[in-house]
Amino acid sequence: MSATAQAASSSHVRGAAVRFEHVQKSYDGVVLVVKDLNLDIAPGEFVTMLGPSGSGKTTCLMMLAGFEPATHGEIFLNDKPINNVPPRKRGIGMVFQNYALFPHMSVAENLAFPLEIRKLGKSERDAKVKRALDMVELGAFGNRRPAQLSGGQQQRVAVARALVFDPDLVLMDEPLGALDKQLREQMQYEIKHIHESLGVSVVYVTHDQTEALTMSDRVAVFQDGVIQQLSSPDELYESPQNSFVAQFIGENNKLSGTVTNVNGDRCTLTLDDGTRIMAEAVNIDGVNSHSTISLRPERVELEPTESRDNVVNGIVKEVLYLGDHLRIVMSVAGNDEFIVKVPNGGRSVTPVEGQSYKLGWSAGDAKALDSVG
Amino acid sequence: MSASSTELSHSQTHPAADPLTRDGQPLKKSLARALRREKLRALLLISPLLIFVLVSFVMPIGDMLFRSVENKIVADTIPGTVRALANWDSNSDEPPAESVFAALANDMMLAQEKKTHTRLGSRLNYDQPGISSVFRKSGRRVKKLDNEAAKAAFVAINPNWDTPAAWGTLRSTVAWPEQFPMTAISFRHWVAWLQSEEGDDADPEAMVPHGFTYASLYHDLSNMPATSLESLATSSNTDAAALFEGIADQLDAFPSDDFKSQFADIDKGWLRVDNWQAIKRLSPRIVDSYFLAAIDSERTDLGIQRKPDNERIYLLLFVRTIALSLVITCSCILLGYPIAYLLANLSVRASNLILILVLLPFWTSLLVRTSAWKVLLQQQGVINDLLVWVGIVNDSGRLVMINNMTGTIIAMTHILLPFMILPLFSVMKTISPTYMRAAKSMGASDSLAFWRIYFPNTIPGIGAGSILVFILSIGYYITPELVGGTTGVFISNRIAYHISSSLNWGLAAALGTILLVLVMALYWAYDRIVGIDNVKLG
Ligand SMILES: Nc1ncnc2c1ncn2[C@@H]1O[C@H](COP(=O)(O)OP(=O)(O)OP(=O)(O)O)[C@@H](O)[C@H]1O
Ligand SMILES: [Mg+2]
Repeated sequence: MSATAQAASSSHVRGAAVRFEHVQKSYDGVVLVVKDLNLDIAPGEFVTMLGPSGSGKTTCLMMLAGFEPATHGEIFLNDKPINNVPPRKRGIGMVFQNYALFPHMSVAENLAFPLEIRKLGKSERDAKVKRALDMVELGAFGNRRPAQLSGGQQQRVAVARALVFDPDLVLMDEPLGALDKQLREQMQYEIKHIHESLGVSVVYVTHDQTEALTMSDRVAVFQDGVIQQLSSPDELYESPQNSFVAQFIGENNKLSGTVTNVNGDRCTLTLDDGTRIMAEAVNIDGVNSHSTISLRPERVELEPTESRDNVVNGIVKEVLYLGDHLRIVMSVAGNDEFIVKVPNGGRSVTPVEGQSYKLGWSAGDAKALDSVG
Repeated sequence: MSASSTELSHSQTHPAADPLTRDGQPLKKSLARALRREKLRALLLISPLLIFVLVSFVMPIGDMLFRSVENKIVADTIPGTVRALANWDSNSDEPPAESVFAALANDMMLAQEKKTHTRLGSRLNYDQPGISSVFRKSGRRVKKLDNEAAKAAFVAINPNWDTPAAWGTLRSTVAWPEQFPMTAISFRHWVAWLQSEEGDDADPEAMVPHGFTYASLYHDLSNMPATSLESLATSSNTDAAALFEGIADQLDAFPSDDFKSQFADIDKGWLRVDNWQAIKRLSPRIVDSYFLAAIDSERTDLGIQRKPDNERIYLLLFVRTIALSLVITCSCILLGYPIAYLLANLSVRASNLILILVLLPFWTSLLVRTSAWKVLLQQQGVINDLLVWVGIVNDSGRLVMINNMTGTIIAMTHILLPFMILPLFSVMKTISPTYMRAAKSMGASDSLAFWRIYFPNTIPGIGAGSILVFILSIGYYITPELVGGTTGVFISNRIAYHISSSLNWGLAAALGTILLVLVMALYWAYDRIVGIDNVKLG
């Protein structure tokens, strides 16, 4: 991951491509849709805004593009405040959620439109259009109308159009939302590839966590207009800052209890049924405070062969065969939906429903986080 | 071919080109049957409307189209005259010969009995002003025409001519209608006249016809080639031969009733060549005279010519109708576009309110609305008062805004505006605002984004609205009638006049047909230039 992949704070960083400073937004004067947003995006960085529906992602993008005014705070583009700069002067390429290809123009005309506005000569324009179309592998489709293209092709045209006038910053609002899984994966790869080869900064919006994890340098997890965590994908997965993030990114087992002992970055929790668990103290309020342990299903070992920090008994409720792994739903320490993933291959134990088994995991994989999410 | 494939071709499932359903019917056939039932049901559902449209729309329009060329009245009312006129050279400066007048006298006898001569006069009057009085006058006096001279001459030659038997013999000769065409017509007319005069129990077999028929017989005989005359006198039918015995020699010295001068005495108009030219011109059952009149032309002995300047009216009206309709359409676009834009981009509540205001005119009577414009626009009206009060015009210079073109344009624009706004609105509503945003994000200014992105996408709406407004206004009638004065009336007002006042339905039909063709031609041109699939009503 890039060097810029560090949790950004509201502290002043020079040379940011985009900076939100204490930005707030309300549409109706009653509800804050975006609450105190602080975000730095480095030049050439690929930042994804990830969050559930209605969490304010599009709103942030619209403020950045200039279609919605910020109610409070300041947005900087290349260190210049842009609150009073109209959208057309911001020089931001944009891929809209529904593509917004102009229906009365051919694909080539769509691409030539921003170049015409920039008063490029015809030959230069044609060359750029051709290059952009080749880049998204649609060289032969220049004369088609958008309506004559498939969803995926329209999508690629939209991406090409956002990039054709060489903007420094491209915003993409759920550009792959309407595509099927296979096409989406192919497009993810292509967008990532284009990003790397052109070196533009990209702000990408999605509520598909896999997409966010595979494409981004950094991911901003949104909830209710607040960034819950901003970090690189692996950090987001490995060390979530709170249980919302843990829950939202990947699969997660929750065990809630009370902190009984803290020792450096280790702590001990007593679960509601009395089981004691060793965990990593990521985000707790101290002894006697309530906390939730977050534990990834694949980090749990069934019938551990070596000694583990935590060993707990669980009863198998359901076994699902998923090809490369077995997914076992168990009842563990009062949690009836405890999930364990067992890789398929060379395993000694075959879980049987209704039977009790030993489960083990190390303290470092169990993250003690605050509050019940 | 391999054994297996031969085997396959014999099996039930094989023919891939002609698949079967499970019960062994060809798939295509069952599909067609299923579709046919669907189609029948659809036809049944639309049949009430279809019949209604057929009866109340297609048939009247067909009738109208037909009326614009139909002209049987001349040939039906004065068939003998029409026939006799065939021999008259309409380019000669002479009125037709006596034989035509004899036929006319005969035709008129029946016509005045049936009172059809005045209708014929009115019809001819459309093309030949003044001729209707000639017919009216003659109708009254035709009964008093002397018509006994020819009859007396025939009877003098052979007293048998005064017997019904002579006419029986004549009519039983083989070629009676061919050989004696005028006589045959005349006899037929006499029978009709007799029955109308004396009732159905009058027996033509027991009577001799009136003198006009003898005159016709004389003209038929004198028009016959000499050989035919001879063969009549020597025919194997002895009765007939006896009747025509010795007539050939006397034909040259036959006395005449001189219908020509008798008619001239009734009305000098009968000696005018142009009157006879008009009758001859209009004698076919299908004529183009209505169409010629509708384009301010007429057929003279020099061919088709434009009417004199002071009689031209329809072409000007057509041009004015089209020009004003275009002006009205344009003002509807200019006034309606911003409203439609507002409607499409406001919140639902606000746009519903405006929509109601737009539709409000539909809820008031057309007459009330038009009269309201009269009140507003007249010289002592509200707008003029306001202008005088503000001081833009002075009291003596009050603007004339009603009873002229301005009045028509203003009132019609107002009335047709909703027909522009509604299609525009429904098209604009489907244009996603992200198009404009996308254009702006690419650097387009507001006006550029509007003209390059928004406007082109509204063209289907403009097209639909324009077609609606233009076609409605081209046929509009009430409003121009009420506020148009003389300079602001449309062709439809003239059509209405001919239908209800002058009763010249043929001309009205021709004008209507031209209007229909004009609209269809414009529609076709529109389709060629803009493309009709580029029209969206929603
Ligand atoms: N134009 C608007 N007027 C009023 N409220 C709005 C408007 N646009 C969005 N909102 C509200 O703001 C909140 C955030 O909306 P936003 O579109 O930013 O969500 P999002 O994160 O993009 O969601 P999604 O993933 O569904 O696209 C939502 O509660 C929404 O109802
Ligand atoms: Mg959104």
